[in-house]
Amino acid sequence: MAEQETPGALRSGLEKLGRTFTAKIWRLGFAARFFLYVLLHSGTALRRFGLTIREIYFAGVQSMIIILVSGLFVGMVLALQGYDTLQRYGSSEALGILVALSLVRELGPVVAGLLFASRAGSAITAEIGLMKATEQIAAMEMMAVDPIARVVAPRFWAGVISMPLLAALFSAMGIFGGYLVGVQLIGVDEGAFWSQMQDSVDWREDVMNGVIKSMVFGVAVTWIAVFEGYDAPPTAEGVSGATTRTVVTSSLAILALDFVLTALMFTGGTAK
Amino acid sequence: MLHGVKLRIEPGSVVGVMGQSGCGKTTLLRIIAGWLKASAGSTRVLGEDLAGLGAGGIFRLRRKMGMLFQFGALFTDMTVFDNVAFQMREHTDLPEDLIGDLVMMKLEAVGLRGAAGLMPSELSGGMARRVALARAVALDPQLMLYDEPFTGLDPISLGVIARLIRTLNDSLGQTSIVVSHDVEECFAIVDYVYFVSAGRIVAEGKPAEMRRSGEAFVKQFVRGEPDGPIPFHYPAPGYQADLDGGGALSSLLGVSANG
Repeated sequence: MAEQETPGALRSGLEKLGRTFTAKIWRLGFAARFFLYVLLHSGTALRRFGLTIREIYFAGVQSMIIILVSGLFVGMVLALQGYDTLQRYGSSEALGILVALSLVRELGPVVAGLLFASRAGSAITAEIGLMKATEQIAAMEMMAVDPIARVVAPRFWAGVISMPLLAALFSAMGIFGGYLVGVQLIGVDEGAFWSQMQDSVDWREDVMNGVIKSMVFGVAVTWIAVFEGYDAPPTAEGVSGATTRTVVTSSLAILALDFVLTALMFTGGTAK
Repeated sequence: MLHGVKLRIEPGSVVGVMGQSGCGKTTLLRIIAGWLKASAGSTRVLGEDLAGLGAGGIFRLRRKMGMLFQFGALFTDMTVFDNVAFQMREHTDLPEDLIGDLVMMKLEAVGLRGAAGLMPSELSGGMARRVALARAVALDPQLMLYDEPFTGLDPISLGVIARLIRTLNDSLGQTSIVVSHDVEECFAIVDYVYFVSAGRIVAEGKPAEMRRSGEAFVKQFVRGEPDGPIPFHYPAPGYQADLDGGGALSSLLGVSANG
């Protein structure tokens, strides 16, 4: 009896696995088509730029407080930790380099991206999801206005534009935090702090690569956020699930993309 | 799911589509609005066959249509004024001062000119429905679709909305389709009514004819009788089996215990 049941259970388990996997692949394909559709229907968002500016205010400007405060504290902690290690080797003047490179290459784009996903990504998903649940999206369609062009695309471009600016602000504030702790509190030479930073941080290699990272993260986070909102089941539970998925998926996507981008940008010349 | 539905609506009339919840009324409305495509048969709206229209064609056709949603579906981030002005700004190049005048005329028609500066969250259910009605008729559509326009309204708001549907239809020369299950309000304003049950049209006629109808479903529906062709009980296995701890109850308790 048990011998007969095992293959049956195995088969149903495999069927369930297959169905789940197929559903995930189908959803990924749907998300990709949705992304293309958003790009193709971005004319309104770019032509009537006021719509996008309004969303930049909600997604970008209203995220500034958390970005600036977090950047300040991350920079201050970097300075404390960095000084502790550097002074063991008599290189405490290199503190400015350590703080700046850590921020512009990695922490600026990544931490700002994670904060942006939590603050703005979740808000975008919830807003679009609720618009769907309360039939506002359907009403727009009924009025012959494409909601992808009118609602989704402005939010998408607002996220894409806001993210690099927020990452730059995060890095700038972090460097300022590092200066406050390293120079003003600990007493590292101010001239050495700034001059070594200026000498060692390369505009193209370090700063631009950081900007490219933050742009990629901006595309990923806002794509996930608008898709999850638009695809959310029109119920309270559906919107709450979609909001959670936005934060989790965006965070994982940022970390995975960061690895890939870092491998492509910063290891090409050193691998032997 | 709808089967064998044949519906012809005369221009200028107000037509009711009635039936109990889940019978297919809203599906019918969604087919007319071009959201759903019928798997068989043909749908002609304002002289155009929907089967031959792509997304662009459907959008073009919808510019001649308006729809009042069950709970208004007002844009919650816009004022009453901006809600009503929405279509004008999206589809026309009219100057703002002219749009302002038109919006005020529409709001005056629904008695809410004084609420132009309010946000949707500041409106009562009846006021929100009236604003949504002003928004739906903003571009003077030829065809108006009403999805359960009376649901959840107090008697005064209900009477106001019913009167507005009829008045706007007649004064703007529209054709209106009212999907509802509110018998008295619907009968008071429609010229003709279709009764839908289980995806089929089971009766049709003028309201007065429907009141006299001997058709069992219509009698049960119009008089609000709990039992009849639409049974009071949802299909279930034997009552005794549940009381004895077997049947569906055992599996429900099992689920509950496991959960």
